[in-house]
Amino acid sequence: MAETLLHIEGVSKRFGGVTASENVSLVVPAGELHAIIGPNGAGKTTLIGQLTGEITPDAGHIRFADADITALPTYQRSTLGLARSFQITSLFLDMSVLDNVALAVQAHDGHSFRFWRPARKQESLRAPARAALARSGLASRADVPVADLSHGEHRQLEIAMALATRPRMLLLDEPMAGMGPEESARLVALLRELKKEYTILLIEHDMEAVFALADRISVLVYGRVIATGKPDEIRVNPEVRRAYLGEKDVVARHV
Amino acid sequence: MTPHLTARNAFIAALVLALFLVPVYAVWIGNNFVLSLFTRIVILAIAATSLNLIMGYGGMVSFGHAAYLGTGGYAVGILAFEGVTSGFVQWPLALVVSGAIAFVIGILSLRTRGVYFIMITLAFAQMIYYVAVSLNRYGADDGLTIYRRSQFGGLINLSNKTVFYYLCLVILMGSIYLVWRIVNSRFGMVIQGSRSNDRRMRAIGFPTFRYRLACFVIAGMICGLAGVLLANHTDFISPAMMHWTRSGDLIVMVVLGGMGSLFGPTIGAVALLVLEEALPYVISVAGRVVTGHDVATAKEYWQLILGPMLLLVVLFARGGIDGLLASLRRG
Repeated sequence: MAETLLHIEGVSKRFGGVTASENVSLVVPAGELHAIIGPNGAGKTTLIGQLTGEITPDAGHIRFADADITALPTYQRSTLGLARSFQITSLFLDMSVLDNVALAVQAHDGHSFRFWRPARKQESLRAPARAALARSGLASRADVPVADLSHGEHRQLEIAMALATRPRMLLLDEPMAGMGPEESARLVALLRELKKEYTILLIEHDMEAVFALADRISVLVYGRVIATGKPDEIRVNPEVRRAYLGEKDVVARHV
Repeated sequence: MTPHLTARNAFIAALVLALFLVPVYAVWIGNNFVLSLFTRIVILAIAATSLNLIMGYGGMVSFGHAAYLGTGGYAVGILAFEGVTSGFVQWPLALVVSGAIAFVIGILSLRTRGVYFIMITLAFAQMIYYVAVSLNRYGADDGLTIYRRSQFGGLINLSNKTVFYYLCLVILMGSIYLVWRIVNSRFGMVIQGSRSNDRRMRAIGFPTFRYRLACFVIAGMICGLAGVLLANHTDFISPAMMHWTRSGDLIVMVVLGGMGSLFGPTIGAVALLVLEEALPYVISVAGRVVTGHDVATAKEYWQLILGPMLLLVVLFARGGIDGLLASLRRG
């Protein structure tokens, strides 16, 4: 059994009367691609927020690589090797593609109280940035302003930036959102490559992608994890089928 | 950033050359007013350049930037009044105090964004303004005359108007060079990234607050230096140095000249202050031509012309005058 990289223990979060996370526990061993699915409003975004530090849980603990990160600020989690991509594209639109990734490299190359030497001329930032771009298939777009990229390329850049932080684990928040079938297929191929190297927590609506990629799947409904297991187990789980009532075909279609 | 001969670069080169030739021109026409006006322009251009660092590059719209002008000025004025006229004491102390005040204001205001940030910086500047008003020993409302400009032990004589002008101009060029180095450094990348998308910056691992605070302090210190020069220029300090409308003027200079452009604030300072002097004159001449007799009161309405000009720049030239010049090449 591989070592546990991410361990969520009994995390709860309430917003007023709404329970967004209820006693969520989850274990992701190193090397696994773990997917989280669930209907809209199941609390997926709240869970990601707690993992990245933008939301503090009311109860429970989050451990990452044997450190308790429950109360750690966002930037320190990134330093520990927890990288995320955003569901809604969140980039530096007024900079070039390479500048975006170089910033991600810079974030993990010591402090940035360096006021004098031009950052754009430092190979120690540019070379790893170019490598991350090549990895995610954007090498030819390095000097294009981010605002001029297509939606699919924005999603690729999201991943390139996460990779550039040299993470131990990727948190991918709906990387396929808004993608056409062709772009999705390309991204699935990329993720299949990445899962060989990285532990990945994938939050995704695209069931086809999830069942194609995931080693294990957790199903979140009304803030609770109702099932965790291999794709085959999830497919036949009666509780999961009930949760997806009305859209049960979604799960069944991939049997 | 390799220099090319574009309309914009030619204009900036001409402007810098013209600024260097101002004393020659003043001697030639035998009029000291021009030199005095341009000394003020250059000093306020330093202040606007420092505001541009946080506002144009860092997205921190401070509506209290004149507070540092006042701080620098009062440091000089109070020390001179107490008998300490050495610039070697006055100037470093002015910078340290300006930086310390920026640090305190920054710590409390940089946790907010947008309108809240604007209002908090304004509130702090007003507090400092009223502190100055309450300093009875140092002239309170009426201000304080400085009888001796900062002394540098015979190294440089600030009472010589030409020497003083060139000192201000060199400090302006130095400030622009400093801002240029800063914004292109790793630190500058963090500042600009944080303007663009602070949430993302934190997600990729930057503790952005401390970088923004450091930037805020640097800008406060540069502006404090401008205040030191302003006090030496006018031989006088008063709370009016840091009236909130002065903060507004600085914002106008930056926006008019071009936010996030190195020479934009200088262009804006020259444009605003020259218009301020020239428009009343133009109006009175035009009035005489049109009506056939003197209409002295008409020139009081010069702001009615300046206002719409600013409006046009903000509406149609988002990058200010510098942005307009840059677009000439593409056009």
